[in-house]
Parts: sequence; C-alpha cells; structure tokens
Amino acid sequence: MSLLEVQHACVDFGAFRAVSDVSLSLAEGELLGIAGTNGAGKSTLFAAIAGQQATSTGRIEFGGADVTRKPVHQRARFGLARTFQTPREFANLSVLENLLAAAPNGRHESLLASWVGRRASRHQELELVRQADEILAFVKLMPVRDQSAGGLSGGQKKLLELARVLMLSPKLIMLDEPFAGVNPVLIGEIIEVLRKLHGRGIALIVVEHHLQALKSFVQRLIVMDQGRILADGNPHLVLDDPRVQAAYMGGVV
Amino acid sequence: MDAYLLAIGTIVLIYALLAIGLNLQYGETGLINFGHVAFFALGAYTSALLALKGWPLPLSFLAAGAIAAFSAVPLGFAALRLRDDYLAIVTLGFSETVRLVIQQEEWLTRGVQGLPGIPGLFTSLAGTPRAWAIFLTLLAVTALAAYAISLLQRSPFGRMLRAIRDNEPAVEALGKNPSGFKIRVFMLGAALAGIAGAFYAHFITFLTPEQFIPLVTFYVWMSIILGGIGSLRGALLGSTLLMFFLEGSRFIRDILPGVAEVQMANIRLAMIGLALVLFVLYRPQGLFGKRPV
Repeated sequence: MSLLEVQHACVDFGAFRAVSDVSLSLAEGELLGIAGTNGAGKSTLFAAIAGQQATSTGRIEFGGADVTRKPVHQRARFGLARTFQTPREFANLSVLENLLAAAPNGRHESLLASWVGRRASRHQELELVRQADEILAFVKLMPVRDQSAGGLSGGQKKLLELARVLMLSPKLIMLDEPFAGVNPVLIGEIIEVLRKLHGRGIALIVVEHHLQALKSFVQRLIVMDQGRILADGNPHLVLDDPRVQAAYMGGVV
Repeated sequence: MDAYLLAIGTIVLIYALLAIGLNLQYGETGLINFGHVAFFALGAYTSALLALKGWPLPLSFLAAGAIAAFSAVPLGFAALRLRDDYLAIVTLGFSETVRLVIQQEEWLTRGVQGLPGIPGLFTSLAGTPRAWAIFLTLLAVTALAAYAISLLQRSPFGRMLRAIRDNEPAVEALGKNPSGFKIRVFMLGAALAGIAGAFYAHFITFLTPEQFIPLVTFYVWMSIILGGIGSLRGALLGSTLLMFFLEGSRFIRDILPGVAEVQMANIRLAMIGLALVLFVLYRPQGLFGKRPV
C-alpha cells in the first residue's frame, strides 16, 4: 500500500503555475530524491505535501487519509515530518530541550500542568529525556546535548532538525536540501544517518539541488522542470534521460 | 513621607503585576501587545462597577480578572493570523477602542465625568496602618503571581512558549498548534492586568477614561525593557526603576530652586527621557535580561 499519494496537484501563485499537475505515489519505507533546477517547482511541491503551501487543485493522501486541506501540525501528527532548508532550530533552547519540545502528545505541556501534578509531569519528562538521549546518540549530537542550539554549526543544526523530527516517530521524513551549506565531513554523516533511517523502514523524500549527492544513495529519483515531473525512476536511467540532460543545461550532469 | 512612599510602593506593585503579564506575553512568547492598558481598564471598571452595586471586593476582584481574561480571547485569535508589527497595531487599536467605549457608554461608566466613590480597601483601618495593609496585600498577590509564573516558565508549557518565540513554523511542523498556547498566554497576561486594574480602582477610588491612555501600556513596556526582556526579576525591578525615574525627578526641584512650575514639569520629562535613553544605550539588555531589546 502506498504511504503518500499525490494526485494531479497544482499550485498557482496568481497567474504563475509553480506546480503543474503533479502525481506521484510513494511506498512505505521508500527513499525518493527530488531534483530540479532553481524554480523547477520542487520546493513548492515539497511545501504542498508538508502543508505550508495550499494546493489550487488536486488531492494529497497520507497513510490512506485525505490531508489535502489539513493544517501542517495535523499532518505532522499523522507521521509526516519535515526539515527546513534553512535550519529552524529553537535557538534559545538547549539541544536536548529542542528534542523535548518536539515530543508528541504532551499532557505535561498543558498550562495547568505547570502548577498541578508536577510530579507526574516530571516522570513523563524523564521518560522523554531517555528517548531524546537515544536519538542524540544516534545522530552523534551527544557532545553538544546541553549547549544552546543557536550556537551549533550549520551541519549540526541540520542533524538537530533530523533528531527533532525523530521524536515524532514519523512514517515519512521530508528533507529540504539537507546538504546545502554543510561541510563535506558532515554531509557524509548526514547520508549515513539517512541510510540507517531508511534501514529502519522510514520513508524519506530528499529534495536536493546537487544531483551527485542524491544519486549516491536514493533508490528512485524524480527530476522536475517548470512545475512538471520530467522523469521518475531509477536514478541512473533518469539521469541518462535526454530531456533531463537538456533541462540541466545541455547535459552537464 | 511614610504615606507618600507607601503610595508610590503600591503603584510600583500595580505596575509590577502589569509587567509580569506583559513579560509573559512578549518576553517569553514573543507576542507584541501594545494594548495592555485595555485589560487594566476592563479590570478596573469591572471591579469598581460591581463593588458599587454592592458586590464583596474579593468577588469583584475575581470578576475583574475573569472579564479581562475573556476579553483577551478575540485578541488571541487575531494573534494567530498576525505577526509582530501587525499584532502591535491591532492591540493598540483594541486598547483605544476599549477606552473610547468606556468614554461613550455614559449610562454605565459616567464617561468623562468619571466614576467617583468607589469603595476603598480596608476601610476599617485608617491612615498609615491602612496604607500598609493595602501595600502588603498587593505585595502578597504580586509575589504569588510571580511565583506562579516562575513555575510556568520552568515547566514544559513554558518551554513550548520559548519554542514558539524562537521559531513558530518549526513548532507547527512538529505537530503542535501554537494557537492554543498563544491564546492561553494572552488570557493569563490579561487576567493579571485585570486584577492590577481592580487594585488600582479601589486604591485611587476614582476612575476616568483618561487614566487608561496608551502611555500606561508604554510605561509597562519601559518597565520590562529596563528590567530586562524575558526576566521575571527584571519585570519586578523594572517597575521600581521606572517609578524611580518618574517620581524621583520630582525631587530635582530641591536642587534647582527658582525654576517656574511649568518649566519644572518640562525639565522633569526631559530628564526622564534622557535617563531612559542613556540606560538603554549603556545597558540594552536591561537589568537582568539575557538578550538586548
């Protein structure tokens, strides 16, 4: 059964059609890359799936439920998580607190719980700390656990965002240009983390500008151009497609 | 002198209550509220009118907090759609609307003629003991409010507020709806302002709409800026510092004899302005703040 189903989605900004009749289907646990030149519509499509951008027409289903008109936070609760191109860490919170703030179903987060039943809240918190520590060890951020997130390097912030969405136990993680502005060593680490997540059966969609980085680890590649899907399939076949080569300035792929 | 200092102390505490609420809204959550005085006014008039109808004061105080809190709900919903500067304008407009409604609805509030004869606090006492009783009661209420807010700041709820302040789209992407948090914060800050208003009404015992001009809101802003944005201690001490500037400048008169009364008033305002500018220039993070304004 497919996890994500996009049917004939269009996104219009006034007279400009940024995403034009895009349909795609993603199976559970699949690892998909989406590439395209600037303005190809990949980021808009990404935002439409995550919910930040409303679609003009078309339908988006996630886990069998229609989420076309659902707000961002509800989609996230279904297990559809995303990271941002420019990291959106909670700068004044510590790395650990960033993860704790992401923990779902927080009864301890109610206003009343600030004053009543503090012991029970603390109990719930301790359990979350344990869970967060596990995730921090997994993405190798344990050494900076108690530092404020605003002081991390660009690459560490990307790892933090990834760690944070793992607190949601997501079924699908969408990553928006995870390698942009990250030093080569950390790119390798991020790819390794993504491979492991894929190994755990979490579906991934990676939107990336750089085809080389994508090609090295995705199972399936979609190339977009002018709001449309140009090619969809095995990365090597897609990159050999003459239309893709033409879209990328005369075949310098 | 005792009576004067106690009266000043009482006003400081009223401002401190207002500052605690605004600090929760702006310092913790990042909501720009330029209409704080509206909730102060609603609390003052609610408690005054109910007390004049014969309600016991503890009940009228609670009603003041409740009415102020619920009047913040529509503003909370506006906050969901607006960001930063737009919210500032809407809240400022809201507070002016509240003031004008109070001014126009004479059947209820007696408009610009003012509302005289509001029952005072501790009328069984007189003179200095009474002033002490008022001051200490207000001190206890302010301390309780400060304690409750400090628990809140250290709780997971408080952590969520700081997360919203730091990055709201990220909060949404993590499956949480910032709306509920923001509305609660608006209501809580407004409830504190409403109770501050009730104390003010029964302390001054006379209300007119001119007491609730936007300047009051900006005095509260000055308090939290002086004290340090996001710091609870700062909110408390900032009000003291503000009152030191506002009232302390009266005593300049003693060292500047031979200046006419009108000139003196202007000199005072200029000195307050200068003191604030210098303070913010040399200590932009306030007394206890971690980040500059």
